[in-house]
Amino acid sequence: MKHLKKIVLLIAVLGVSACTDPGRFGPGAGGAGAGAGAGLGGAASDPRSPEYFRQTVGDRVLFAVDQSTLSPEARATLDGQAQWLLDNPEYSAIIEGHADERGTREYNLALGARRAAAVKEYLVARGVAGTRLSTVSYGKERPIAICSEESCYAQNRRAVTVITAGGGV
Amino acid sequence: MSIKRILPLLVLVLAGLGALFSGPLTAQERPGPLRIIIDEGVIEPLPFAVPDFIAENAAAREYAARITRIVAADLQSTGLFREIPKEAFISSVTSFDAPVQFGDWKAINAQALITGAVSVSGRRLTVKFRLYDVFSGAPLGKGLQFAGTTASWRRMGHKVADAVYSRITGEGPYFDSRVAFIAESGPKNARVKRLAIMDYDGANVQYLTDGRALVLAPRFSPAGDRLLYTSYESGFPRVYLLDLGSLRRRALDEQPGTMSFAPRFSPDGRTVLLSLSVGGNTDIYSLDLATGNRRRLTSAPSIEIAPSFSPDGRQIVFTSDRSGSSQLYIMPAGGGEPRRISRGKGRYNTPVWSPRGDLIAFTKQNKGRFHIGVMQIDGTEERLLTSSFLDEGPTWAPNGRVIMFTRETAGAGGTSALYTVDTSGRNLRRVPMKGAASDPAWSPLLK
Repeated sequence: MKHLKKIVLLIAVLGVSACTDPGRFGPGAGGAGAGAGAGLGGAASDPRSPEYFRQTVGDRVLFAVDQSTLSPEARATLDGQAQWLLDNPEYSAIIEGHADERGTREYNLALGARRAAAVKEYLVARGVAGTRLSTVSYGKERPIAICSEESCYAQNRRAVTVITAGGGV
Repeated sequence: MSIKRILPLLVLVLAGLGALFSGPLTAQERPGPLRIIIDEGVIEPLPFAVPDFIAENAAAREYAARITRIVAADLQSTGLFREIPKEAFISSVTSFDAPVQFGDWKAINAQALITGAVSVSGRRLTVKFRLYDVFSGAPLGKGLQFAGTTASWRRMGHKVADAVYSRITGEGPYFDSRVAFIAESGPKNARVKRLAIMDYDGANVQYLTDGRALVLAPRFSPAGDRLLYTSYESGFPRVYLLDLGSLRRRALDEQPGTMSFAPRFSPDGRTVLLSLSVGGNTDIYSLDLATGNRRRLTSAPSIEIAPSFSPDGRQIVFTSDRSGSSQLYIMPAGGGEPRRISRGKGRYNTPVWSPRGDLIAFTKQNKGRFHIGVMQIDGTEERLLTSSFLDEGPTWAPNGRVIMFTRETAGAGGTSALYTVDTSGRNLRRVPMKGAASDPAWSPLLK
């Protein structure tokens, strides 16, 4: 859990509080499934739209083989995600963890869970209320790139932050 | 979408003919006893003849030949037997009780002869058969009779084949069994997966879910009456218990914010082991089905998954990556200090204890290849049975002699199919099915 130590350090340095008042976000989407954000969108040019989050902030981070450690690049993306979520408290997010196809189904589910949790921990450390964030692992079940080469595997080893309606409970 | 409960079963009636074996024969007359020892090296398939079973009444006509074909196909599929085509026959069998012309069968080198007869009365179908050791000119075991419904005619064929297989090999039967699996369709990045069940040989496929929710990895109860599987119908992976009789199902573990998967029953069917992810950390839990009591069996920051009980229920084999890569460990059934059993290079996953208790089957990933393998329960004598781009998820035949698994091909058009292989590594075969499939779970022998 190397990244945990880094996160702790980060909190100390930045003085970011992990505590926010969930009460002000009102009732949440509770138990919304993956893809619940599909109906959300809005103009990509509107910085408050989930589409802007997806395209401009960046909704995904990538991982090395069999790893759930966040790279500097991933952390930069997540800093942007955290800021957007703090600026748009009317939304929640489901973080989907994924793996490439080079592993067994069950191990990849556990690996995807690790990746999603790493992202959630980071966002919480940057001040996003944990109650607004849920995690789900798809293991190797939902590849976005379907070739059987590293160029595709690299895209599939990902955690995607899917914006959903509601400000958490 | 109902499963037809097949409740025929098995009236074991002896159809006479006691004598087990016969007088001594010279080596010239007799190449050896009618016996296949599976553990011995290369096996020359044993030639057998199975003339079409006699239809004893008009209603039996549409079943008799088809049941005969099931018997022949089952035996051939083992790789241990070779059918002599009927064009080679000298004798024809016109009556179940007519004396066998052993000379005619010996002349075409049939070592085993199977004769049978079918009768149908209403919806009731009865099959009787006899197995002969041609070179000794005597029956091998008593004649047997099986009765069921006409709808279960294929099972009657499997039962005859099981009896023949068991008598000649001395091994337990396995043809009269089913396989639960995941039926796959659609492109690789939008795969539709449905829970399904079929006969062990790919026939009688029935779908148990409609494909709206992603489903994974069914597992049979020890009695074969229930399935565990993982479904995303809540939006999150959760383990469900499905009763195959009523088709009623329920989620087993509904802790918000967690994910559960990789379930397996205990040998007594009362407890379920599963893997539960909480805050990104996956550990193994046991769940009492009657009380709902949950007990945590591992608590490490590493991934602990894929538990499988020993047949006596005293130990659990599972996967952990605590060493830095996935390896196999065994711990007491109540939890406790695990001991690592896998020692080779590569990563080991999905361990499954053999129903005989002697071996553990697993998936191994090494140097970009995937293998199905077996090892002794102390981790020694590892043998890899298969090798491909992606083989995974072994499941044992009820007799512990054959393993079924998923093989997936590479590339954008990659698809999954089910394969079987002997524990010897021989007889790799694709299960004949129309569509793509993955995650097989072999049932116990049907009752």
